[in-house]
Amino acid sequence: MRSLTLFTPRHQPARVLPGFQITLGFTIAYLSLIVLIPLSALVFKTLNLTWEQFWQAVTAPRVVASYKLTIGASFIAALVNAFFGLLLAWVLVRYQFFGKKIVDALVDLPFALPTAVAGISLTALLAGNGWVGQYLEPLGIQLAFNRNGVLIALIFIGLPFVVRTVQPILEDVEKELEEAATCLGATRWQTFSRVIFPALAPALLTGFAMAFARAIGEYGSVIFIAGNMPMVSEITPLIIISKLEQYDYAGATAVALVMLCASFVMLLLINGLQAWQRARSGASS
Amino acid sequence: MSVQHTTPTHALNSTGEPVWQRRTLIGIALLFVFLFLILPLAAVFTEALRKGFEAFLDAFKEPDAWSAIKLTLLITAIAVPLNLVFGVSAAWAIAKFEFRGKAVLTTLVDLPFSVSPVVAGLIYVLVFGAQGWFGPWLQANDIKIIFAVPGIVLATVFVTFPFIARELIPLMQAQGNEEEQAAMVLGASGWQIFWRVTLPNIKWGLLYGVILCNARAMGEFGAVSVVSGHIRGQTNTMPLHVEILYNEYQSVAAFAVASLLALLALVTLVIKSVVEWKQQRLMAELAALSPERPSAPKLAI
Repeated sequence: MRSLTLFTPRHQPARVLPGFQITLGFTIAYLSLIVLIPLSALVFKTLNLTWEQFWQAVTAPRVVASYKLTIGASFIAALVNAFFGLLLAWVLVRYQFFGKKIVDALVDLPFALPTAVAGISLTALLAGNGWVGQYLEPLGIQLAFNRNGVLIALIFIGLPFVVRTVQPILEDVEKELEEAATCLGATRWQTFSRVIFPALAPALLTGFAMAFARAIGEYGSVIFIAGNMPMVSEITPLIIISKLEQYDYAGATAVALVMLCASFVMLLLINGLQAWQRARSGASS
Repeated sequence: MSVQHTTPTHALNSTGEPVWQRRTLIGIALLFVFLFLILPLAAVFTEALRKGFEAFLDAFKEPDAWSAIKLTLLITAIAVPLNLVFGVSAAWAIAKFEFRGKAVLTTLVDLPFSVSPVVAGLIYVLVFGAQGWFGPWLQANDIKIIFAVPGIVLATVFVTFPFIARELIPLMQAQGNEEEQAAMVLGASGWQIFWRVTLPNIKWGLLYGVILCNARAMGEFGAVSVVSGHIRGQTNTMPLHVEILYNEYQSVAAFAVASLLALLALVTLVIKSVVEWKQQRLMAELAALSPERPSAPKLAI
């Protein structure tokens, strides 16, 4: 009998190990207390508003301008990160060069460096008297205190996502497939675009979506470098903060609910992409 | 073109690029890393030392700086252990058992990652603030949560919520249940199984999660900024202190405090690299052992 239970097929839930009820119970209780109940407060507080009040708060011209900036800059930043992230992952997996281990470790810097530190540091670099800014300003290029600054901060904070999603998949790509493609007369570019890239596409998209989602909610690194001009370089999270500072709790709540919905959509999208990626890599191996 | 044909001796070449292409790609990648990672990091330390070492040290003679450092350490010391217990518990439930709604639960654990830090702060204001659900009751009983330390702890716990669970779940799923079941059959209790079988297998992943959680807890800005109220010497964490100094044009002092946080980030990266290396080695050892493990399919045949 013992030996039989050890080899129970996976689809039969045999809870042999102890601690299921207590760990699941604690997990759900803690999740509810810290995350679900407070988040539901956002929904319930918004329900106190009339539809007109809500609509006015979330479609005021200044708020709409902030959506456009936040979404637009996040999208471009995620695109830049998709391109350079793929390049970085490629270089780190396929080539040998001096300092590779250090570069590999440094890729995670945006995860480890507090956003406020990143914000003031990028500002110091790009301001008119900074290391980079002093060479660009005579050329008429201004990268700080405007939309360019928002974009640069968002590129910084989203940098690790694509590298870290693509890297493991690229490591697993079978060399034999590439060799076969080469033997069949494919050029290196054809091999990349038709054999390697399709295998990486789900991971690349996942990384892109993660970088995009992170950028939409980002606050700390952006506010120092953006200049925060209403209608021009004011991001949506800052709108929430300034509404709170003016004690406009209803307005802040309404805009926050819009952002929360955007987060949910992104979370579901990323989950879907990850499922696709798993199905893809499961099928190929 | 000619380069491709003249170097057929290297084994890599059938699936490799010509040398000039490799060098160009490496060059572009390194330039990007230099501009976006190395320069910002270097700028923190140079700006902090711009007026010499004395001026740098002066930033830490301020009592406000000390209370910010102490508060940050206190917040981290509360938030990280809480999420550690949660992470282990969630990973045990999710990775070791099958149950209905598991996919939903896993998604919900990840939820705080996709919520904007500002929204994370705001929700606690809506629950505990003066206008919030418990606001009047808290005021009547003279308990302060928002614009006080408990609020900062809650906001920090929220933003660092998934870190440890998320490291452990895939790791424990990959390792499976066989060793724990074997321990069970041999008569080990639940705690014994966890301490002697599971923990040694997951310790590096656990440490990795704890370091990431710690780095984020010490550096969180947006969420903490909403609930803190920026009361100097009382509810200012290190990142908030950096902001205040920076906005007061005390650039050297701001970057001095920031350099401590940057140092923390560097230490985090070093520990992370070591842990990853150890984890890989442990996995390789386990893989090498697998034929002798009771669960290995070869033994069953």
